[in-house]
Amino acid sequence: MSTTTLPAPGQSPTLHTKRLPAVAFLGIAVVALGVSAAICYGAGIGGWVLTLVLGLILYMVGVYFAVRAVEGARSARNRTWSALIHSAFVLAVLPLASVTWTLISKGMERFDGDFFNASMNNIGARDPNGGAYHAIIGTLEQVGIAAAITIPLGVLGAIYIVEYGRGRFTFLIRFFVDVMTGIPSIVAGLFVLAFWVLIVSPWFNDGAPAFSGFAAALALSVLMLPTIVRSTEEMLRLVPAPLREGSYALGVPKWKTILKIVIPTALPGIVTGIMLSIARAAGETAPVLLVAGGSAAINFNPFTGQQGSLSLFVFQQAGDASRFAPARAWTGALTLVALVLILTIAAKLLARRNRIPR
Amino acid sequence: MADRHSRSADVNTGGPGVTSSHARPVGATASTGVLDGRSGGDAPVPPDFRHNGGALGGGGSLPRRKGFGAENAFRGLTLAAGTMVLVIIVAITVFLIARAVPALQANEANFLTTKEWYATQTPPQFGIAALVWGTVVTAVIALLVAVPIALGIALCLSHYAHKRIATILGFLIDLLAAVPSVVYGLWGVMVFINPVKDFSVWLNKYFSWLPFFSGEAPYGRSLLLGGLVLAIMVLPIVTSLSREVFMQTPTANEEAALALGATKWEMIRTAVIPYGRPGVIASVMLGLGRALGETIALAMTLGFLNVISLDVISNGGNSIAANIANGFGEANEIGRGALIASGLVLFTITLIVNMIARAIIYRRREFTESAA
Repeated sequence: MSTTTLPAPGQSPTLHTKRLPAVAFLGIAVVALGVSAAICYGAGIGGWVLTLVLGLILYMVGVYFAVRAVEGARSARNRTWSALIHSAFVLAVLPLASVTWTLISKGMERFDGDFFNASMNNIGARDPNGGAYHAIIGTLEQVGIAAAITIPLGVLGAIYIVEYGRGRFTFLIRFFVDVMTGIPSIVAGLFVLAFWVLIVSPWFNDGAPAFSGFAAALALSVLMLPTIVRSTEEMLRLVPAPLREGSYALGVPKWKTILKIVIPTALPGIVTGIMLSIARAAGETAPVLLVAGGSAAINFNPFTGQQGSLSLFVFQQAGDASRFAPARAWTGALTLVALVLILTIAAKLLARRNRIPR
Repeated sequence: MADRHSRSADVNTGGPGVTSSHARPVGATASTGVLDGRSGGDAPVPPDFRHNGGALGGGGSLPRRKGFGAENAFRGLTLAAGTMVLVIIVAITVFLIARAVPALQANEANFLTTKEWYATQTPPQFGIAALVWGTVVTAVIALLVAVPIALGIALCLSHYAHKRIATILGFLIDLLAAVPSVVYGLWGVMVFINPVKDFSVWLNKYFSWLPFFSGEAPYGRSLLLGGLVLAIMVLPIVTSLSREVFMQTPTANEEAALALGATKWEMIRTAVIPYGRPGVIASVMLGLGRALGETIALAMTLGFLNVISLDVISNGGNSIAANIANGFGEANEIGRGALIASGLVLFTITLIVNMIARAIIYRRREFTESAA
């Protein structure tokens, strides 16, 4: 119940305090920029970047004192913080815009049929052509094998955590799944190097360590496993309990309930998590560098012989001395980003469309 | 009833010959009683159930041996998959140690205090002092730059921006996290290096009295560049996690602050930030873990000089992960072992950082659940 008397018709209520008009902010901004330009160019201490930064600082100081004079100290602090928070946003958009722009502008240079139909075999420093066919093959095979290993393992592990696991042991698994998501990719690479390439693979390779695409796939699965377990676990937890209970009430055993009721209900979310982890794995360079060895020629067999990958291709071309290498690196990067982002965006859209109603 | 019992049942019952134990074995005749070693400890079975064989419903209507065999098989399968995570963590530790020890024994210098990395020489001499220094300095620069900006963005998305715009921008920030690190490295070494070079010259001109900016030219491929590229990579992680925490602030708390006459900033300072502090700390720790372990972006942007100095703008600097990526090509047997030893150090550091972060998140989860 309001007890304040209503204003007479045609008269606005006078409850609000004095406010600084919007024009004043514009004025402060212009003055701040002008002063900062005068300082920077007048004293010769910097260019337009410094002018902008100094202008922003001056603007905030100006706003603080102007608002303080008109609206009071609390409001002044409020406005200054609000300006700071918004400018943090602009600051973060700049590198994003720069990365996007350079990727597209430099990447389109070699974005041609040759790039996708040729390998780097017999491409010397003076050859402008050459492509990433071998690298794309490598990426697809390695990520495919890694997914084939990890998806069953990860989904089953998540089922254990959600449906069967109780007590300390399950807590331990959950905790280490979380910790494992933070393992550096290079450590996963070193692990597969120490375990598979240097110890296991010599048995099949006459005693010599064998670098292969399969080893890279193993390293990628180490990186993918915790992400898949984690996302699947979250999705399984969202499945409403009455669905399970209804199934039990009909006499369906638990494993069948999980396979026929729980998993299908959570499937879109699980697929989203899997796609995100595949996207992450496709972009990993370090493990591939350590255990697949990299190769300039096309190698369809992931089990024997060295193999390249798209991210490794970008890394190698970026370090190459040839003057045609940067263009190849940028086009490789553009292809990689396109691949990863398509997967990511598709996954997120899928997640948005098929949200489990709670 | 069946599922409740199966939880406490023997966890290793994946094999084909194992009979399931059920609280009330259906048709528990003499033969199944013999097979089922646990049935003796179970509650006595009423004689009615034995002879009716399921006509009464309850346990009797459930499938018999075959179904429970599948149940146990499936359970064992999931248990094995779940245990894989622990197996992998243990295996990583074991295999890294096994490979690192011979190299460490061959090392003629102190592994912890030596700056140089001559692992392929005879006699091998290497140490991780400079590598750890570079790793820590780049991570610290990254966090110093990224955390304030990330918190600003997170607050902006959770409390300032229009809801629809916030959704789209949050989506864009998530996409930033999905971009592979090799792309950031490429961008860093080919594009971002130029402004950083100019910035270094400027810093050196006006702030050379600070030890950080006293280095000599050439500038560019420095710890500063590596740290700033890392900052861009850490930003989305810190942003998305802290944004989530900020959005979880109970509306009642926010409204109470506003009702007491707080301005928006005062509301954020008194209601949102105290509530989100543990989550923010955890997100910063996760970002730290990522920054410490980042390989390729640093391998492309750092200048590879194993020195320890406060100066961050001169060419040089090296990190553990970048040293592994760049030194691996020409490493021999001992060299690989040495790199694996340094990787073990990195693994330990990131493991500790991640465990602290996760412990904070777990404690916080209990806190939010009790508060809700």
